[in-house]
Amino acid sequence: MSLRNNRLAAWAALALGLSAAALALIFFVAPNDADQGFSQRIFYFHVPIALTAYGCFFVGAWKAFRHLWKGDPTADLESYVAIHQGVIFGVLTLATGSIWAKISWGHWWLWSEKQLTLFLVLFLFYSAYFMLRFSVDDGPQRANLSAVYALFGVVLIPISFLAIRLAQNYIHPVVFTRHGPAFHGTILWTFCVSLAAMLALAATLYRIELTGKRLDSRLRELRELLA
Amino acid sequence: MTYAADVAALARKDLLLELRARETLPAMALFVLSALTVFHFALPATSSDLAAKGLLWVAIVFTALVGLQRAFVVEREHGVIDGLVLAPCDRSAIWLGKALAVLGFLAAVEVIALPAYSIFFSPVDGPTIAAVALADLGICAVGTFVAATAASSRTRELVLPLLFLPLVIPVVIGGVGASVAGGSARYLGFLALYDAVFAIICWASFEYVVTE
Repeated sequence: MSLRNNRLAAWAALALGLSAAALALIFFVAPNDADQGFSQRIFYFHVPIALTAYGCFFVGAWKAFRHLWKGDPTADLESYVAIHQGVIFGVLTLATGSIWAKISWGHWWLWSEKQLTLFLVLFLFYSAYFMLRFSVDDGPQRANLSAVYALFGVVLIPISFLAIRLAQNYIHPVVFTRHGPAFHGTILWTFCVSLAAMLALAATLYRIELTGKRLDSRLRELRELLA
Repeated sequence: MTYAADVAALARKDLLLELRARETLPAMALFVLSALTVFHFALPATSSDLAAKGLLWVAIVFTALVGLQRAFVVEREHGVIDGLVLAPCDRSAIWLGKALAVLGFLAAVEVIALPAYSIFFSPVDGPTIAAVALADLGICAVGTFVAATAASSRTRELVLPLLFLPLVIPVVIGGVGASVAGGSARYLGFLALYDAVFAIICWASFEYVVTE
């Protein structure tokens, strides 16, 4: 238990250190954008948060796959917690994207912005995941249904992306092209540190929630034994 | 019995039940006509035909939803699903049989809906019909799968639209694109891709939905 606590503390310290470094880089080191000025700095929050959300969804699907394939008894809860974190970061993506859209283009919401629309679809999809999960009694069936639905999610992401791309024009700035990232030097460094900070933060939150949920279920088992 | 015979028997069971009870099909047909009538009044007189084309897709998706709500009612109320799971056939045959039956219902309703749409709004062209046919496959594959998922939960009818609609947003995009945009081939190709991808994962993972 103490080892696990230490690991959690290490993750938390890492997340804190990286976040501090990222904030310092974002506000004091990174140059002002020639076109958008100071407000472009929201990029260092918005994009790492979005990538972290994708990461969480993929971890959730991977754990779901492990549950279905290997019958790993801890995988169901881990998949649920990862998707929960993914939805939290997804909501943050929608919020930061919306703010950025308002500043850059003068509207809170633009359907022509592919990534935002995709995140809206994913938000709806994964919110339904919770509706489904909480309307099935705890047990193997709930684990199976949740796992299968989580796997649908990673198939839906590329399919939806393709669909939204087919449907729309190209107003959203593309920073990663096939020829590598379209920025260099300080900007790239700041972005990488921000991304690492977000990932560490997500990993810490994931561990905290997982520990809490496991304690919760152990407590319930003990209560049932005593009752 | 071979796999195909299992699937055919299961689909035949649903179609036979519908022929005797006549519950789902008339409801779906009436629903789609009511929806088209509502859409007529929802659209301002000056709106274009393109807006109406979009609403055709709304009508199709929600009509499919009406049918899907009923898809697993018999299985659930009379405990048929337990019998089917115990039967010595591949579990994915249950999904395929049911999806084919739902596809039959949806296609039958569209035989009424598309002419009704061309009378009420504007004539439907070839690409639209092709898109509807391709979309039906995806809608029925995914819809049957989530209907079975929803049937295992406590909040059945409530959770089904929430599971179904985000999954069929790509179908709506592909369908509307094929109906209204020039160069419908890429949208039809996309619909075919959607059908193939989701049919495969539904087929492969259905077993986990009905077993514990």
